[in-house]
Amino acid sequence: MNIDAIKNGIVIDHIKAGKGMEIYNFLNLGELDCTVALIKNVSSKKTGKKDIIKIDASIDLNFEVLGYIAPEVTVNVIKNGETVQKVRPEPPKFLKNVIKCKNPRCITSVEQGIDQCFKLTDSGVYRCIYCESKAKN
Amino acid sequence: MKHLLSITDFTVEEISEVIAVAEDISKNIYSYSEKCKNKILATLFFEPSTRTRLSFESAMLSLGGKVLGFSDANSSSSSKGESVSDTIKVVSCYSDIIAMRHPKEGAPLVASMKSSVPIINAGDGGHNHPTQTLTDLLTIKTEKGRLDNLTVGFCGDLKFGRTVHSLIQALARQKGIKLVLISPDELKIPDYVKTDVMDKYGMEYIETTSLEKAMPELDVLYMTRVQQERFFNEDDYLRLRDSYILTVDKLSSAKKDMCILHPLPRVNEIAVDVDDDPRACYFKQVQNGRYVRMALIMKLLGVK
Repeated sequence: MNIDAIKNGIVIDHIKAGKGMEIYNFLNLGELDCTVALIKNVSSKKTGKKDIIKIDASIDLNFEVLGYIAPEVTVNVIKNGETVQKVRPEPPKFLKNVIKCKNPRCITSVEQGIDQCFKLTDSGVYRCIYCESKAKN
Repeated sequence: MKHLLSITDFTVEEISEVIAVAEDISKNIYSYSEKCKNKILATLFFEPSTRTRLSFESAMLSLGGKVLGFSDANSSSSSKGESVSDTIKVVSCYSDIIAMRHPKEGAPLVASMKSSVPIINAGDGGHNHPTQTLTDLLTIKTEKGRLDNLTVGFCGDLKFGRTVHSLIQALARQKGIKLVLISPDELKIPDYVKTDVMDKYGMEYIETTSLEKAMPELDVLYMTRVQQERFFNEDDYLRLRDSYILTVDKLSSAKKDMCILHPLPRVNEIAVDVDDDPRACYFKQVQNGRYVRMALIMKLLGVK
């Protein structure tokens, strides 16, 4: 199957096989007007299979979201058909309004108008700043 | 402006400072009787707690201050659907300091973000209860003469017991603390407390299901209640409620100067005849709770 190379845009590569749609949804790529390709189960020398997302436009990618859900990916920025930048997203120290706390005892389950915030702990786990419950997607 | 939402909001030095003032208050409470004259404490209790609320009110009255508030969410505007943020913005206008208890975890943090006066967390669900921890620390300091180099046993509900987690957090920053964690498998200390607190600070600890085996080496025994309100399933509560009961017989192998603590209220986990044993310190804790809350109110109001 052939997917056209893009001239100006972004390629999110090395996505763990099966995780492409989750990233697509988290980044709200369905709302873009440009061509977006989600390619699943591409052959990979390293991992056997991987997913790839190609976005045919230069957009401001939310690296905070990407660093949280898929820090293993590589983001290639394409200009005039050439890769001009490769970025590995870092897990952010703080997440604001990316995910919601699932703890029914947390104040965020009832209080209107407060931000959903999580911080990265020393053990590498994201915890709600209010109730300190572990983040769940 | 400083708040107390979690015991970790205070440094070891700040905790020592509060405990030192509380110890002085315990020796001469009347010399503090006008320290907070003309100051108002608001006690906002969105869920009932006679003990903690009265302790705060007694503390403020003993400092010469005044108290207002409510003891039940049904008698506040929250029953009409008012948010914590709005309640706090309003009450900040009426008071100099606020002590709040709320069934939702993290409510005091939301309050502190909106408040123009210091917030004291008087308990937020199963999350934090830092003034109980200050009370526990003052009692250990008073009874044992130190907060370091102690073997401390925690018995009962170590999973949902917020007072246990908070006290471990506070003790983690002291030297030479060894923990003995005594509980049924279902109520063991959560992994995140192990990784984020005990392992992080290199605390020595053992986990056991036997109170009897652990007893001889303990300097402090912290008993807890299996709290019905923390269970969604009543069958689980009933099955685990009677897991560990401290009796006079079990105390026979304990050190003569061991100190028994309990955050109260108890149900049946400490037999009533243990109350007469000189090692029973849980009612002294109640008295210390008043002193330490006086010291805390003074600190947060910047009163010397």
